[in-house]
Amino acid sequence: MTVMNPVPLAIPEENIPNAGKRSKARVVRGSRPGWFVYTSLAIVLGSAIFPFYWSFLIGSGDASTIRDPDMSWWPGGNFLDNAASVINDPAVNFWRALWNSIYSSALIALSVVFFSTLAGWAFAKLRFRGGRWLLVFVVATMAVPTQLGVVPLYILFSDLGWTGNIGAIIIPALTSAFGVFWMTQYLQQAVPDELIEAARVDGASSFRTFLTVGLPAARPAAAMLGLFTFVSAWNNFFWPFIVLDRSDPTLPVALSLLQSNYFVDYSIVLAGVLLSTIPLLILFVFAGKQLVSGIMAGAVKG
Amino acid sequence: MTSTATAPPSSVERSKDPAGAPVRRPPRRIAFGHRLSRWDLKLSPYLYISPFFILFLVVGLFPIAYTAVISFMDWDLVRNSGTFIGFDQYVYVLTQPKFWIALRNTFSIFLLSSIPQLILAIFIAAMLDQNIRAKTFWRMGVLLPYVMAPVAVALIFSNMFGDKYGLVNTTLADLGIPPIPWHSDAFASHIAIATMVNFRWTGYNTLILLAAMQAIPRDYYEAAAIDGASKFRQFRAITVPSLRPTLIFVIITSTIGGLQIFDEPRMYDQFGTGGADSQWLTITLYLYDIGWGQWNFGRAAALAWILFLIILAIGIVNLLVTQKVVRDEGRRDAGSRRERRAAAASARRRRHDHGEPTLDTQEAAR
Repeated sequence: MTVMNPVPLAIPEENIPNAGKRSKARVVRGSRPGWFVYTSLAIVLGSAIFPFYWSFLIGSGDASTIRDPDMSWWPGGNFLDNAASVINDPAVNFWRALWNSIYSSALIALSVVFFSTLAGWAFAKLRFRGGRWLLVFVVATMAVPTQLGVVPLYILFSDLGWTGNIGAIIIPALTSAFGVFWMTQYLQQAVPDELIEAARVDGASSFRTFLTVGLPAARPAAAMLGLFTFVSAWNNFFWPFIVLDRSDPTLPVALSLLQSNYFVDYSIVLAGVLLSTIPLLILFVFAGKQLVSGIMAGAVKG
Repeated sequence: MTSTATAPPSSVERSKDPAGAPVRRPPRRIAFGHRLSRWDLKLSPYLYISPFFILFLVVGLFPIAYTAVISFMDWDLVRNSGTFIGFDQYVYVLTQPKFWIALRNTFSIFLLSSIPQLILAIFIAAMLDQNIRAKTFWRMGVLLPYVMAPVAVALIFSNMFGDKYGLVNTTLADLGIPPIPWHSDAFASHIAIATMVNFRWTGYNTLILLAAMQAIPRDYYEAAAIDGASKFRQFRAITVPSLRPTLIFVIITSTIGGLQIFDEPRMYDQFGTGGADSQWLTITLYLYDIGWGQWNFGRAAALAWILFLIILAIGIVNLLVTQKVVRDEGRRDAGSRRERRAAAASARRRRHDHGEPTLDTQEAAR
């Protein structure tokens, strides 16, 4: 701070550290903030939750709820009925879509983690000709939009007769440039070079070093990568919408069908929206903390 | 392969078991082992990256390159091959009024979503950076919208922004404000779609910025507070400049994502064609229409390349503008780290002058 303020030092009360009471807290902003901060955060939280509540409100009513001028803010009792009409609609294929979403997202997440950990280990900890250049290349491809690949992919899969097959959305997603970048970044700082040296001195083969040193160290980052890949695969719409058949969709594609079938009855559409979000909400309850720290950990390096 | 005395953790020690005890080996075998391990060292990196690269080449890189080829062709779906026609597809796309409308809409939605989102994210992050209670709870709450699929978000919001019975318009009516034509008016539809994007991504970017804020040395704020800087002044003079690298990162990623927007405009009404007068037709929506509505793959490929070039250009412009706008006080190179250390030292000195306790306890806590 080169700013030398000529104004006499008026230290606000809250900024004087109280060594006895708050020796462990961060001192400058160590004091608990006032109501303003909590009110703003509550508003933010409220607007994050509101759309969920709104879809429950409409989804638990009937077709006329939305048109009701003095609509109640209390949910109606039709949610299960609406959910049942979503599930039983033959055009939407709900169970099929749910299974497709679970199965394809899990497979994609596993595969991305596997390939990224292997490649990330090589980029982070092994020295080889062209390694740095290849990594830069991989990172650069992260800027390439999905749209740039869809036309040839579609031609390829229709040549193979795979359009409409769930495999057509799994195969292009099996690897991820972001995943390799992520694992490389993490392994670079998580594994000290001395440890690898030591393993080599002891006669461990390169692969054994990877198994005994690399893999255990990679586990937390791999779990986060798996989570993020799962969520984004689950939510992916553009490519599945292009290539999948209406009879064998994923959940987002099924939702789009729901809209074109029921655009007059929003209570069913929004019940379906909520229904399709429940699996990820469950995931969020168990893994939300990991998602938060994953985003925050990635950011420091990004 | 020397003594086992230097062997560190047990997991590593185990690893020499299959090779037998190295100490008892005859010298020639060691030489052979050396040669083997040299090859092992040289080759294995390529073995590790090759599964990724082989797949990546086939499903990632080949399609990108092939899109370029197709974009110069008149693609015949029946024969499944094309005839080379040069730049005709590019010329066709660029002379379509729809393309320019789509470009305008894409940019309008992108600006309406990225700028308010970034400002909001910085302020929410600043709130979360305070010493609040139940940190994890608030952080998770902010991230909640991220788990909802864009398609689902779009369905909920297109209901709320309904022209006739939507929540927004009924609320406005209660306040005595005339209803806004969220679907028929282009700009209004952009606001509605941008709201969907903001809903889903603000929390995500907030957490990225929060992480960057927590990396700012607390000494900065101490020194500024002692100098009499207000909270707002501290925010403007310390927080924002220090966020520069992160802001660039966030802006570039949101540019790449924002210009590709498809899910939200596609789901904004039940037809998914971007409105009767293309009010909210975006580039990717147009691409879908050309490719899988008109089944013209050559033109779709050309449009994909045009989109890519636009993203590249905007990314570079972003980089330049961000570097200009956000002053580089927070640069993270050697020079500024030295300055930072100097600032921290001066803060410490000043504390001593005021007879306050040293920073040791806090540094230990950090």
